Amino acid sequence: MGLMNLTAVELGKKIKAKEVTVKEAVEAAIVQIEKHEDTLNCYVTVDKEGALKKAEEIQKLIDDGILTGPLAGVPVAIKDNMCTKDMLTTCSSKILSNFVPTYTAEAVVNLEKAGAVILGKTNMDEFAMGSTTETSAYGETKNPWNTAHVPGGSSGGSCAAVAAEECSYALGSDTGGSIRQPSSFCGVTGIKPTYGTVSRYGLIAYGSSLDQIGPVAKDVTDCATILEAISSYDPKDSTSVKREDYDFTSALVDDVKGLKIGIPKAYFGEGLDADVKKVILDAAKVLEEKGAIVEEFDLGLVDYAIPAYYVIAAAEASSNLSRFDGVKYGYRTKDYEGLHNMYKKTRSEGFGAEVKRRIMLGSFVLSSGYYDAYYLKALRTKALIKKEFDKAFEKYDVILGPAAPTTAPKLGESLSDPIKMYLGDIYTISVNLAGLPGITVPAGEDNKGLPIGLQLIGDCFKEKNIIRAAYSFEQTRNYKRPGMIED
Amino acid sequence: MANIISDETMEYVGILAKLELSEDEKEQAKSDMGKMLDYIDKLNELDTTDVEPMSHVFPVNNVFREDVVTNGDDRDNILKNAPGVKEGAFKVPKTVE
Amino acid sequence: MAKQYETVIGLEVHVELATKTKIFCGCSTEFGGAPNTHTCPVCTGMPGSLPVLNKQVVEYAIAVGLATNCSITQYCKFDRKNYFYPDNPQNYQISQLYLPICRNGGVEIDTPAGKKVIGIHEIHMEEDAGKLIHDEWEDCSLVDFNRSGVPLIEIVSEPDMRSAEEVIAYLDKLRLIIQYLGASDCKLNEGSMRADVNLSVREVGAKEFGTRTEMKNLNSFKAIARAIEGERARQIELLEEGKTVIQETRRWDDNKEYSYAMRSKEDAQDYRYFPDPDLVPIVISDEWIARIKAAQPELRTEKLERYKKEFDIPEYDAEILTSSKKMADLFEATTELCNKPKKVSNWLMVETLRLMKENDMEAEDLSFSPENLAKLIELVDAGTINSSVAKEVFEAVFKEDVDPDKYVEEKGLKAVNDEGALRATIEEVIANNPQSVEDYRNGKEKAIGFLVGQTMKAMQGKANPGMVNKILKELL
Repeated sequence: MGLMNLTAVELGKKIKAKEVTVKEAVEAAIVQIEKHEDTLNCYVTVDKEGALKKAEEIQKLIDDGILTGPLAGVPVAIKDNMCTKDMLTTCSSKILSNFVPTYTAEAVVNLEKAGAVILGKTNMDEFAMGSTTETSAYGETKNPWNTAHVPGGSSGGSCAAVAAEECSYALGSDTGGSIRQPSSFCGVTGIKPTYGTVSRYGLIAYGSSLDQIGPVAKDVTDCATILEAISSYDPKDSTSVKREDYDFTSALVDDVKGLKIGIPKAYFGEGLDADVKKVILDAAKVLEEKGAIVEEFDLGLVDYAIPAYYVIAAAEASSNLSRFDGVKYGYRTKDYEGLHNMYKKTRSEGFGAEVKRRIMLGSFVLSSGYYDAYYLKALRTKALIKKEFDKAFEKYDVILGPAAPTTAPKLGESLSDPIKMYLGDIYTISVNLAGLPGITVPAGEDNKGLPIGLQLIGDCFKEKNIIRAAYSFEQTRNYKRPGMIED
Repeated sequence: MANIISDETMEYVGILAKLELSEDEKEQAKSDMGKMLDYIDKLNELDTTDVEPMSHVFPVNNVFREDVVTNGDDRDNILKNAPGVKEGAFKVPKTVE
Repeated sequence: MAKQYETVIGLEVHVELATKTKIFCGCSTEFGGAPNTHTCPVCTGMPGSLPVLNKQVVEYAIAVGLATNCSITQYCKFDRKNYFYPDNPQNYQISQLYLPICRNGGVEIDTPAGKKVIGIHEIHMEEDAGKLIHDEWEDCSLVDFNRSGVPLIEIVSEPDMRSAEEVIAYLDKLRLIIQYLGASDCKLNEGSMRADVNLSVREVGAKEFGTRTEMKNLNSFKAIARAIEGERARQIELLEEGKTVIQETRRWDDNKEYSYAMRSKEDAQDYRYFPDPDLVPIVISDEWIARIKAAQPELRTEKLERYKKEFDIPEYDAEILTSSKKMADLFEATTELCNKPKKVSNWLMVETLRLMKENDMEAEDLSFSPENLAKLIELVDAGTINSSVAKEVFEAVFKEDVDPDKYVEEKGLKAVNDEGALRATIEEVIANNPQSVEDYRNGKEKAIGFLVGQTMKAMQGKANPGMVNKILKELL
């Protein structure tokens, strides 16, 4: 058994018990990275030297009894849209190709306090806009289960790196499903927490009202442990919520007796792959057999979430991304005539097609004469969707469904038709609109051997319900690794 | 396609967003935007009369800072990533005619 | 007969609030400083940075709203105003459009035709932009973000003003209110108070407003008055020639006394306002409003009345003393020290105003301390110096805030109260001026003035004039 097929918590225990040094753990990760990066391209930046140096510092703090937490000394990969001091942070975009932040994102600071060693920054869809990690300016990431397929997105690099054991765990971000969908495609576990649980300070914004950082790991225990470490009330983020409970690991209990689980009928309609459907319904049965009360119900407005999301996310993005203009940081075009030409050329050369598409859509829906018809309409729809979930959670503790309608598509299949690509987000997007927590856990494979993830959605601030259900479900199956990394 | 995006609209959005597309990109963008707006028009099926637009999901209000200076001179860091710097300031193409 | 035109003016007044820190970050708002030394990731728009609202900004905005009779919007929000310009680091300004913090107020001004209320449409909070410096040497511009994120309130009036005089009266009124509240120092020349003028003309008697233009870059009361006259003339000329006024933003050039259109193809003037998702709503309770109301300092009108009653100061003098907060503060602090309000008032009304005028200063620029003025008054009262010496000492106090005790001592300006020495000098003066002595004795009372003058001259101005008079009369 290598060190990298351990879960983060298992590895942390071995480090704490002095069975393994931090340096050995980091070196094991680097071996995996060097073995697979040429094929998979999970990382934009690997900081080998920095990680080895950090390993020594952390080891000393562990030896001195200063660092005692479960993640001390465990190597981690960070999605490249979180600022890391003195480490390149690109958002997988050309426009930030040379951006080295002077401060670190709060979630990452929290991890560092817990003794994490950062290996590097993972690839993603440019500015988190995409579902395949193919819109990265630094090449696509490939799915470790089958390199002809995408890993999903936008946190594709993080999820593929965890699956390929190029890190013990990773941080991702989720604006419309960007943790849960690639977790499903890569056969790993990922949590999108309740909006406001993890500070957004230092997360390079895409859709500010929807973005949340969350953990990606091999199992539910890891995810709960990581979430406990990165969550905090942050006075630097006005949308940060002061919660009463941050003890997510207390929900790691194998018991779903009496837990009320609702399955939205609309999640199993047209467009859902037959294999995915079977795996998800089987998973529901497993939970029912373990004592949960499972029933189908009508969740309204499922079809309206995607259009509402694209208006809101594009509008916020058009404003959030206007700061990339070649003045303060990042790429500036070589030749230009005057200020406005500099702006236009810098941005047109610096952003990729999908980002430009969303910036233009966002600028349009906010422009004079359209604001009410598009933007306010979308915010009203959001209010109605939230109400639908509120109604559902009066009856159920957990909503169960797929994370995506299909398994990972082949490389190059998705980008040609944006609407089709957007439709793939149907099960994840409404969760962001309503600010809810959601988790994806591996539940099976399709006939091609590609992983299928089960999504469990909880009410706001009720992460513990979905952690408990996911943990209980996980106990019924073994973690499966992609064929390419079997040793 | 119900929404036809004109060249003028593309030009206007380009001015707002500071983006300049090549002819090929422009045609593609027009068609994409039209399709996306068609799709977004689905929202018109919903009656949202009397529904308050929801910006924030949670009713969090009144998040304030006290009026206390916490930051010192951090100029070197602030200028570190700038494409152009002169005399401690960001250098940009001239803004006055 | 030529057509008669009426000018219709509304103002957008920007006021920099007197907070210690910026509106959304903990950077200092202190004026000056080398470029970009008062900046951080938030006020330079670094990726991933987030704004957190300074509570004091809200309190100042509410205080100004209450003092200008506005209603307070008890559920208000910030919106983003999107436009590209290098002084705006995020390429959006955080401002308020949909739910500004104050609405529907007004202030009363005095006009030759009597009192008039100028309506206030709204007051909103927003962040200031950075500063652009043109670099001639390299033909580029340089951006300094020290001012970026300094809190502003924008006070938007109704189009209720009809002349430059009314505009000045309105601005003066606003300035006094805000200064008295301590919400800003309102210095036009330093830019902590700025006014954009919206102006249109219409024929007298017309019901509809004409097309308006907005003029920017006005940094003194005089420039505002000239800009109003210039723009009024320009618009009337257009109409007389049968042309139309275009709604646009114009930049006033005070040297050329003409405004220029600021339009460009790249300015769409479509700001795509939407609620800022990084900031949460502000809910202002009745209790909060009551607390701010209770803490409101005495405003000008109340102060003026109190001065008349408490100190027996005449109306005109009280008006001058309260015409700026600085002057009123000086008056009260000095009076507190010496308990001689009339004398304090006299020094401020006469010598201080004279020297301010001579040096082209505003009350805000006064830098002498109440302690030193009080000391000076004591010195005169005790007869330690005479009044003409006192004026000389005051000039030194005014300019360098010197300690009058030390100054008088060092310069040897003490009045001579030694009767023996005086008597000898006066006897000499009498002996040298027989003609005047004779005139006096023949009933020409005024002749004594000449003799006093001669004595003072002989004593180098340091004699106690009362004593000189007394001894002279005795000897004569």
